[in-house]
Amino acid sequence: MNLNPYIIELLQVLTLLGLAPAFVGWVRMVKCWAQGRTSAGLFQPYRDLAKLFSKEVLLAENASWIFRFTPYLVFSTAVLAGGIIPILSLDLPLASTADVIVIVALFAIARFFTALAGMDIGTAFGGMGSSREMMIASLAEPAMLMAIFTVSLANRSTSLSEIIQVIYSGQSVLRPSLAFAFLAFILIALAETGRVPVDNPATHLELTMIHEAMILEYSGRHLALIEWAGMMKLFLFVILGIAAFAPWGIAAKGSLLGIPEALVYMVLKLGAVGIGIVLIETGLAKMRLFRLTEFLGAAFLLATLGMLSFFILD
Amino acid sequence: MMNTSIMLLILLGVPLVCAAVLAFMGDRKFAPEMNIFCSAATFAAGSGLALEVYLQGPMLAGGKFFFVDAFNVYLAVLTSFVSMTTAIFSRRYMRREREHGRVGHIRMRFYHAMFQLFIFAMLLCLLTNNVGVLWIAMELATLSTVLLVSLYRTPRAIEAAWKYFILCGVGIAQALFGTVLLYFAAEKVLGEGGDALLWTNLSRVSGQLEPTVLSLAFVFLMVGYGTKVGLVPLHNWLPDAHSEGPTPISAVLSGLLLNIALYALVRCKVLVDGSTRTHHAGDIMMGFGILSILVAAFSLLRQKDIKRMFSYSSIEHMGIATFAFGLGGPLATFGALLHMLVHSLAKSAIFFTVGHASQMHRTQEMDKIKGLFKGNPLVGWGLMFGVLAIVGMPPFGIFTSEFLILTATIKDAPLWTPLLLLGLAVAFAALLRMVQPMVSGEIPPNQKPMTAAHVPVMLHMALVLMIGLYIPDFLNQWFHTAVELLK
Amino acid sequence: MDLITAAHVNSFLAALVLLTAFGMLVQRRIYGLINLFAWQGLFLSLNTAIVGYVAGKHHLYISSLLTLSLKVFLLPYILHVLIHRLKIRKEVETIVNIPMTMLIGIALVIFSYHLTAPVRELSAMITRSTLAIALATVMIGLLMMITRRHAVTQIIGFLALENGLFFAATSATYGMPLVVELGVALDVLIAAFIFGIFFFHIHTTFDSLDVDQMARLKEED
Repeated sequence: MNLNPYIIELLQVLTLLGLAPAFVGWVRMVKCWAQGRTSAGLFQPYRDLAKLFSKEVLLAENASWIFRFTPYLVFSTAVLAGGIIPILSLDLPLASTADVIVIVALFAIARFFTALAGMDIGTAFGGMGSSREMMIASLAEPAMLMAIFTVSLANRSTSLSEIIQVIYSGQSVLRPSLAFAFLAFILIALAETGRVPVDNPATHLELTMIHEAMILEYSGRHLALIEWAGMMKLFLFVILGIAAFAPWGIAAKGSLLGIPEALVYMVLKLGAVGIGIVLIETGLAKMRLFRLTEFLGAAFLLATLGMLSFFILD
Repeated sequence: MMNTSIMLLILLGVPLVCAAVLAFMGDRKFAPEMNIFCSAATFAAGSGLALEVYLQGPMLAGGKFFFVDAFNVYLAVLTSFVSMTTAIFSRRYMRREREHGRVGHIRMRFYHAMFQLFIFAMLLCLLTNNVGVLWIAMELATLSTVLLVSLYRTPRAIEAAWKYFILCGVGIAQALFGTVLLYFAAEKVLGEGGDALLWTNLSRVSGQLEPTVLSLAFVFLMVGYGTKVGLVPLHNWLPDAHSEGPTPISAVLSGLLLNIALYALVRCKVLVDGSTRTHHAGDIMMGFGILSILVAAFSLLRQKDIKRMFSYSSIEHMGIATFAFGLGGPLATFGALLHMLVHSLAKSAIFFTVGHASQMHRTQEMDKIKGLFKGNPLVGWGLMFGVLAIVGMPPFGIFTSEFLILTATIKDAPLWTPLLLLGLAVAFAALLRMVQPMVSGEIPPNQKPMTAAHVPVMLHMALVLMIGLYIPDFLNQWFHTAVELLK
Repeated sequence: MDLITAAHVNSFLAALVLLTAFGMLVQRRIYGLINLFAWQGLFLSLNTAIVGYVAGKHHLYISSLLTLSLKVFLLPYILHVLIHRLKIRKEVETIVNIPMTMLIGIALVIFSYHLTAPVRELSAMITRSTLAIALATVMIGLLMMITRRHAVTQIIGFLALENGLFFAATSATYGMPLVVELGVALDVLIAAFIFGIFFFHIHTTFDSLDVDQMARLKEED
């Protein structure tokens, strides 16, 4: 028996909202273990969010509507993206209306408004964070699109559901183009979600912070929404990577049995990816800002090589 | 047949064995004599082989591995001859350098061993029938001379040798890629295995080889071997390498190695022409040739170092020969073959005198070299006549070859004539203007008298003069056969 | 191993060779560079062996072994020893404008692809598509020699270029005849000894292996 697609859609969004903080908690937990510290547990991010929601919002005197509007926009773009990317099933009503390029655009909108909001109050840190964020964006987005084009070319579609169907049919094994695109995607994802070699999510050290600098002026439920959206972004990037490169386990049709099975697969993969992130973060030091051009240049290079090797080798 | 194999064995074996022996004894008192003796034996074998070919026509030997025809055997004789005279010259020259303390025991050993190895590599290059081995031998010839260029270990010499090593290494790598492409095309026709790279087989089936692949291959071969020929714009290493090493090495690099590289290029061009049936390869060579002539001629004007100046002159003359081979046709090809011969003889003679002149003055700067006529008439007149020969004054042989090439140009490609003439005229004026103050005038205080090695200089100049006045019948016949081969 | 799998593995190894070539182009540390070079040799050697197995060309095993012993073990070892002896371990090169170098590298890949198009169309071999990668490796080696100012890195560029040539021979024609392969390997070996000697000479004469110091020989005006 198949479930109604709209119910699946709803289930997906709920999964996203519910599991994203847990995933961040998992990463922090593994990191603590790796560094020999006692962790705060898997549910600490939920407690953080709850605390922020219960606090009052303090606004700067000169905050404009952009500053107040941004948290809601950022949050809703993340939720919308979650409705498009196949997390549990391919049979999504929204997936047919939007392809993977739209997902990039959604993230870009969120980023644009976050940067605007960072500058809105007029503090030095906000402006600095915004400018750095835009610099990273200007380098990461072409690379991101290049990687996506490569995957789309190799699987002959830009719609994620169809890409996964092509992969399911077993036509893409051991393709150099996909391997290059995958490597590029990892680098880009690290940059986009502000993980260690690019940005450090755990620091408020003024010289190095990028994302934290932009949202320094937020408080209360605004901050909670942005934090939550950030967690969802990390979650979604991991899911996007899984969907484009290793989708095995996602249910083709939303059957009653398929969905829980997909959920189990997803949790296992997320767990593995979390450990991977921790390995990268403990193994690498944060880069100097000026080295970032090279880091993202490498991502662009890999993505381009992927596309070239699609033409040359495939 | 038997005879040929033995001759070939001597021709290639002697330098190789000699190199090994001299590697251990190259600093002994008798080493220079042994060097001369080995080169003379090589020359004798080369002449014997030439006689064989002259009487019996082209032949294969050593299980098709070697191939001798009129084209390569004349270059083999030339190579062994010039290396013999250079060995004679180097006896006195290197003894002097040793007295000056510029080279020690180990470096003398090294020098002698590498000299012989270099000759071996060049002869292998000429005589092998395998296009792949041709490449290997070419690389070996480069490698064996790299450390000779840096023999003096001065910063300039090391820089020159490094440049030579890197640029020629890179250049010649392109030629290997061209060879791979050639093999790719040949394999389709001849089947795989070593036979598909034999030049004799390739030239037999050149009409069936895929033209697009061969055109592509030629571009790489042109760049690769063109670097070794020293064609502009791939010539950057040449003036440095030829001017910083010991003079005997400059003489063989300028006089012989450039010829060998051009030989390789022409062999490949024959195959490409056979396949494409167009004149594209020739056009490319003509373009490179003219550019080399012009750039080198104008560079001559600004030189201060005497060996550097003559290196540029070598680029110019290689440009002329490349241009003529590119032009094609019996007249131009004949001229080009003759030009390779006389340039090699004249240029090595010039380097001999230049070596003596710079030893007398302990410098290579032309400002400080004066009064050679008075100081040492042999060196002075040798240099003067050498330069007169190299700029193409009658009655020397270069006049004949340049005249032939010019005639062919006027006939087949009249539009190129002004450029060619301009290059020749500028080179003429530049060289004469530079050399005149060096030979005339009073003896400067920094000049030290010395005895020169007169045999090599006089022998070379006499030959150049003789070829200018009268081309011996057998040489004429050789060239005609070679022209037929290259058609 | 059937043909299709072999073709997949082959193109995957080709991609890895290209990746290491790009890695070398942007690598700053000398040891990292040597390691990348050794990896490239390993991929090349594996690729040669697989092609030899699939095409039934047993002389390719010899060429594969040659690559393995020369390019993966001997040459990196020699370089390590030289670097240790000359105490240049700590030197980290400054390379100008890495993103620009990368873009040129990409352009070279495209250029190679177009250049080798006629060969690809004429060939029926499973390796035909890797010829473009081989040529690109040659070109990137060349680019590396131009952009680097250090004697050791220039040499590694040269050796990487040589790797590309070996690769080209394997992918265009299932390897050159054995005598040629052996001869080329011999030349590489001799070249290795020569550059070893050179490093010492340059180091004692210029006190550094920075090639920029060598700028005495220029045309004077």
